[in-house]
Amino acid sequence: MTDTQWPVWEVFVQANPGIPHKHVGNVHAADAEMAIQNARDVYTRRSEGISIWVVPANSISASSPEDQGSFFEPSNDKPYRHPTFYKIPEGVKYL
Amino acid sequence: MNFIGIMEDEKKLAAFEAKIASGQKIEPKDWMPEAYRKQLIRMMSQHAHSEIVGMLPEGNWITRAPNLRRKAILLAKVQDEAGHGLYLYSATETLGIDRTELLDQLHTGKAKYSSIFNYPTLTWADIGAIGWLVDGAAIMNQTALARGSYGPYSRAMVRICKEESFHNRQGYEIMMHLAQGTPEQKAMAQDALNRWWWPSIMMLGPSDDQSPNSDQLMRWKVKMESNDAIRQRFIDRTVPQADFIGLSIPDKDLKFNEQTGHYEHGPINWEEFFEVIKGNGPCNAKRLKARNDADKKGRWVRDAAMAYAEKKKAKAA
Repeated sequence: MTDTQWPVWEVFVQANPGIPHKHVGNVHAADAEMAIQNARDVYTRRSEGISIWVVPANSISASSPEDQGSFFEPSNDKPYRHPTFYKIPEGVKYL
Repeated sequence: MNFIGIMEDEKKLAAFEAKIASGQKIEPKDWMPEAYRKQLIRMMSQHAHSEIVGMLPEGNWITRAPNLRRKAILLAKVQDEAGHGLYLYSATETLGIDRTELLDQLHTGKAKYSSIFNYPTLTWADIGAIGWLVDGAAIMNQTALARGSYGPYSRAMVRICKEESFHNRQGYEIMMHLAQGTPEQKAMAQDALNRWWWPSIMMLGPSDDQSPNSDQLMRWKVKMESNDAIRQRFIDRTVPQADFIGLSIPDKDLKFNEQTGHYEHGPINWEEFFEVIKGNGPCNAKRLKARNDADKKGRWVRDAAMAYAEKKKAKAA
């Protein structure tokens, strides 16, 4: 058996109730339970969080930076999705 | 590579440099020149190794801390150093190298770590001197690196700097208490300062004339400031702190230059620095052995945890 540093888990921490979990880094761990414990010790030693998610790093798929332009381009030609696209006469309220 | 390939790379390089010049960070999946990746792996892994090797001289005093308060603080500090090592190994792994390989480089002596951790911690006052001087010098370096261009490294630095300021203050507090104590305690603090001062200003790296900063590394924001500039700032900030607690910096040539607003220091013994880097410092062999032993003795734990996790997974399936 080759030496193992254990698989990598990406760590997401929720800092306060009501806000999203945010990616903070990763840890090495043999299983999910150990990953959560390690994440607590590594990323929340100073009350930085109230909840932790861990995800096996190899389960994450990501968009590719090279295609950034063309990938996100479709949203650029639809300015009518933004409220500022519409001209509302002055004097009309609550719109 | 054919002509078109070279043209392509030049275009990518120009885009990469423009991105850095505009203050944007480079992220792991972004295109980067091989030289940038290599230099970062070297710097970041040296940094990670320094954090975990740095646990050894301090760990030496955990069982002998003078009281429970000091012991709890030192334990928390050493745990932080382990955490810093982990953030930095994680950040280094985003460059496409794994931790097993990084640790192998440390254990075989192929990778370096900070020269400072090859000095022994002879008395309790050394723990004060390390927090005050060594962590103080590290903060100077790390606040500069936090502005660097590689996203994961820069973010790790921001986090580490926040934690280091506790280390810095607890060290100064130890020194302050000793300096205000009995004559023997004050002498112990002075002795620690005498032994740690020069290694601390050396750990910021060779002087600029011996280590020409490549324009490229500066332009790529891998290196943010020259070693001498960082060293000067550290000295300017630290000397008044020593004065305040009545300890004297062991440099007879040290004087304040009213015109420049900076302290001028005496000659640094670079021969000693390069000897320590080469492996001939007082504790190099001891540190490397401690790391190798920990790795070997910990192997069965890593294997057993993995086997147990796999068994549990198989049972659940």
